[in-house]
Amino acid sequence: MTDQPIPDSPSEESGASQGDPAFTPAFDHPLLPKERMTIDRTHMPEQDALLRAANFREVNLGYSQQLAMLEAERCLQCRNPVCIEGCPVRVNIPLFIERLRVGDMDGAAASLLDDNALPCVTGRVCPQEIQCEGRCVRAKKGASVAIGSLERFVADWAMAHPDRSKPDAPATSGRSVAIVGSGPAGLTAAGELVKQGHDVTVFEAFHAAGGVLIYGIPEFRLPKDIVQQEVDRLVASGVKIETNAIIGRTYTLRELRDRFDAVFLAVGAGLPVFMNVPGENLKGVYSANEYLTRVNLMGAWNPESDTPVLRGHRVVVVGGGNVAMDSVRTAKRLGADEAIIVYRRGMAELPARVEEVHHAEQEGIRFELLVAPLEVLGDENRWVTGIRCIRMELGEPDASGRRRPTPIAGSEFVIDCEMVVVAIGTRSNPLLTASEPDLALNKEGYIVTDEHGMSSLPGVFAGGDIVRGAATVILAMGDGKRAAAAVDAWLRGEYPPRVEAEPAAPSPMPAARAAAH
Amino acid sequence: MHAVVDRAQLSPNVTRLVIEAPRIAEIRQPGQFVIVHRAPGAERIPLTIADADPQRGTITLVIQAVGKSTEDLVALQVGDAIADVAGPLGRATELLDHGRAVCVGGGVGTAVVHPIALGLAARGVEVISVIGGRSKEWVIFEDELRRAGEVITCTDDGSYGRHGFVTDALRDVIEARGVDAVYAVGPVPMMRAVAELTRPYGVPTFASLNAIMLDGTGMCGGCRVAVGGKTVYACVDGPEFDAHQVDFRELADRLGTYRDFEARALEIAHRRDAAAEAGATQAAGGRCLIPGLASTAEAQEAVEAAGKRA
Ligand SMILES: Cc1cc2nc3c(=O)[nH]c(=O)nc-3n(C[C@H](O)[C@H](O)[C@H](O)COP(=O)(O)OP(=O)(O)OC[C@H]3O[C@@H](n4cnc5c(N)ncnc54)[C@H](O)[C@@H]3O)c2cc1C
Ligand SMILES: Cc1cc2nc3c(=O)[nH]c(=O)nc-3n(C[C@H](O)[C@H](O)[C@H](O)COP(=O)(O)OP(=O)(O)OC[C@H]3O[C@@H](n4cnc5c(N)ncnc54)[C@H](O)[C@@H]3O)c2cc1C
Ligand code: SF4
Ligand code: FES
Repeated sequence: MTDQPIPDSPSEESGASQGDPAFTPAFDHPLLPKERMTIDRTHMPEQDALLRAANFREVNLGYSQQLAMLEAERCLQCRNPVCIEGCPVRVNIPLFIERLRVGDMDGAAASLLDDNALPCVTGRVCPQEIQCEGRCVRAKKGASVAIGSLERFVADWAMAHPDRSKPDAPATSGRSVAIVGSGPAGLTAAGELVKQGHDVTVFEAFHAAGGVLIYGIPEFRLPKDIVQQEVDRLVASGVKIETNAIIGRTYTLRELRDRFDAVFLAVGAGLPVFMNVPGENLKGVYSANEYLTRVNLMGAWNPESDTPVLRGHRVVVVGGGNVAMDSVRTAKRLGADEAIIVYRRGMAELPARVEEVHHAEQEGIRFELLVAPLEVLGDENRWVTGIRCIRMELGEPDASGRRRPTPIAGSEFVIDCEMVVVAIGTRSNPLLTASEPDLALNKEGYIVTDEHGMSSLPGVFAGGDIVRGAATVILAMGDGKRAAAAVDAWLRGEYPPRVEAEPAAPSPMPAARAAAH
Repeated sequence: MHAVVDRAQLSPNVTRLVIEAPRIAEIRQPGQFVIVHRAPGAERIPLTIADADPQRGTITLVIQAVGKSTEDLVALQVGDAIADVAGPLGRATELLDHGRAVCVGGGVGTAVVHPIALGLAARGVEVISVIGGRSKEWVIFEDELRRAGEVITCTDDGSYGRHGFVTDALRDVIEARGVDAVYAVGPVPMMRAVAELTRPYGVPTFASLNAIMLDGTGMCGGCRVAVGGKTVYACVDGPEFDAHQVDFRELADRLGTYRDFEARALEIAHRRDAAAEAGATQAAGGRCLIPGLASTAEAQEAVEAAGKRA
């Protein structure tokens, strides 16, 4: 069963775009675990690397129904599903996979959406290899179950069949909650709180909701209409969204506390960090935030857009995380002949998702690893002409256990380029946090909370990147979910919430499975 | 949506729009601005809140048409609407509370300095406004500024008021009467010339920097300018700064990012496919970035002229 044929145009055959074909199991009899072990991991169909490096369409095309049903057969339905322990929001992975396997799409979608408010998003952007898939027992012998791809398949199906997974409208509680920031943390909390019948208003500084999902992560990785549909789904369920509302400017936090019964701060870690080297204010140097916002939120990838973005023939991106990969692949798509990553550690240390690094390599991105920038060089008109760098070697492990890069004397060299994009991290933005002296912050400026997510101000909760520092979508969502539970308890006058035991990883005994036997 | 409730042409390329924005009208302070996004697909551009009427729930924008986005805005008529108006942004002006202040306005900067002049006057400061334009028809906001105090008008061609640059009039006021602070808003060369003029007199001078902006909240860093050798963000740390500390050359230079891009784009164009080329050329626009001046050459001249006089 090694070389499963991949359908010619998988996107057209994917479950999401079809009407409602009968989902029939891949095999007409239940397989034994031994038999399941013989099925190799199916490959996610993707756009050809050469083609996609010149367009902004999504790279991954999604499973066809056939591939999804086959991949679902690979799950062993472990009695002790360690995959769930790897998931920050504890999605009941074997349960939704089993429902998918037997063709119960409604059931699969219902269970997934119950655990995860934005599965179309996480199925595309979670670092599965260090979460669920990293734990999956099948990884010990061969490849893990492609949990992320299956999640995406089920989530896209649910998105295409909204009427089939609509929850009942709850009774109104008469309590109101303000949520500041419409990234994954804010949207998740909004969804949870509106389910409890609270009156929820999300305040967003930009003119569009979605946070990093809309202005940061590019179209080719996370199509914007998917984020928009998630937002629309929340609005349809009763969440109010006030865009162009900058808390700390348009309204103060104090005003929100007066107007609402509780507040959840989910403003992300939006401040760009620059390298602090000479030449950084030359024309042609962007922060990744500016570069990606121009291209994604403002649509500068499209020549019809009013917002300009520089295009370089050689573009250097400094950094090694997801943000750097997104920037460098964007530069390639905007026509760069050479798009180059400059990162001060090695390949093994790149913090980006493995799949992104892999895709970047396929697209012809050049990696200058163990290299640190020293200076941005410019011409007499102050346009970037290059970046002077130094080679590094990995020395002794530092406090964090990572081997510390140290410069190799005399190894300086110049990479010629017309543009430099700085993607070396972000910090907390003091715009809101500094406006309220009583809001306790740690020394990096992130909001300090108790174990339930409440800040030093009673009734004001916080989560996502503004508490953790730049982290991940799923951790932000987890915070949103936990904070929503705490806010709900607060509104009912039962704060602190009874500490829920770590949601026990439920054993997969789906009704669907029983029915199938 | 923010409806346009009033519109007037003030000078050949400057238009006043009064738009609905009740919350902003209620809380804005002198020196603050908004980011305007006319419609989906449009650019986000910063514009100063030139005036506000909290009762009517409106703010006044005074817009100089220099490129696609500003042209699209001034083409709006009463009854049209703007999709997004975010603000008020930036720090409020640090207003003097006694003594004598000069407010210097050049071109559309005259409208921008207007709320500052009124704010000063309301605190009992003696305000002298020194405003300029190329010729009579380019002088704006004279009557409005008279509400704050004395107004000295200058035109480059002598067709109205004093013949000459605002810096000449400013020097006379400083020498004849003494001044406690100067607030300057206008083209970069004008602000630079004002800063050079007041420096030897030791008069505290503030300039409102019109850096290219995107979000206006500190998240992109595109508006970074060097002040006192340190990089700061015009949108959240400003837009007003100690003019004696500002690196005006870098500001003028960075404002040219997308202007020069046109030429650069052409140079690189042959390496790219036709579609990408179309995008780059459109993006560049090729206009003078400095409000009040029609071309780069004119800006250059103004710098030199101002430099000679100062
Ligand atoms: C380019 C890029 C790629 C990434 N790729 C991945 C990936 O592949 N996988 C992954 O798991 N993670 C990825 N991340 C990280 C992930 O996106 C973040 O960890 C996550 O979005 C944090 O969510 P959040 O809700 O805390 O904040 P954000 O998503 O940052 O949202 C915060 C929102 O609050 C708004 N806001 C800020 N201040 C105010 C204010 N004062 N008033 C009103 N609104 C305000 C902002 O405009 C923003 O919309 C990526 C990040 C970037 C930038
Ligand atoms: C805080 C602040 C307050 C401002 N207040 C006003 C105001 O009250 N009235 C007013 O008319 N203008 C004001 N401006 C300037 C105004 O934002 C720009 O003129 C406008 O963004 C140009 O957009 P455009 O699309 O019409 O021109 P574009 O076609 O974008 O620009 C024409 C050329 O001008 C350049 N440019 C882009 N941004 C700026 C800028 N900020 N300043 C100068 N040139 C720029 C472009 O790169 C391009 O080459 C202010 C700017 C700032 C930062
Ligand atoms: S670890 Fe989870 S996904 Fe992997 S086989 Fe077991 S139940 Fe299935
Ligand atoms: S406009 Fe983006 S940081 Fe100032």
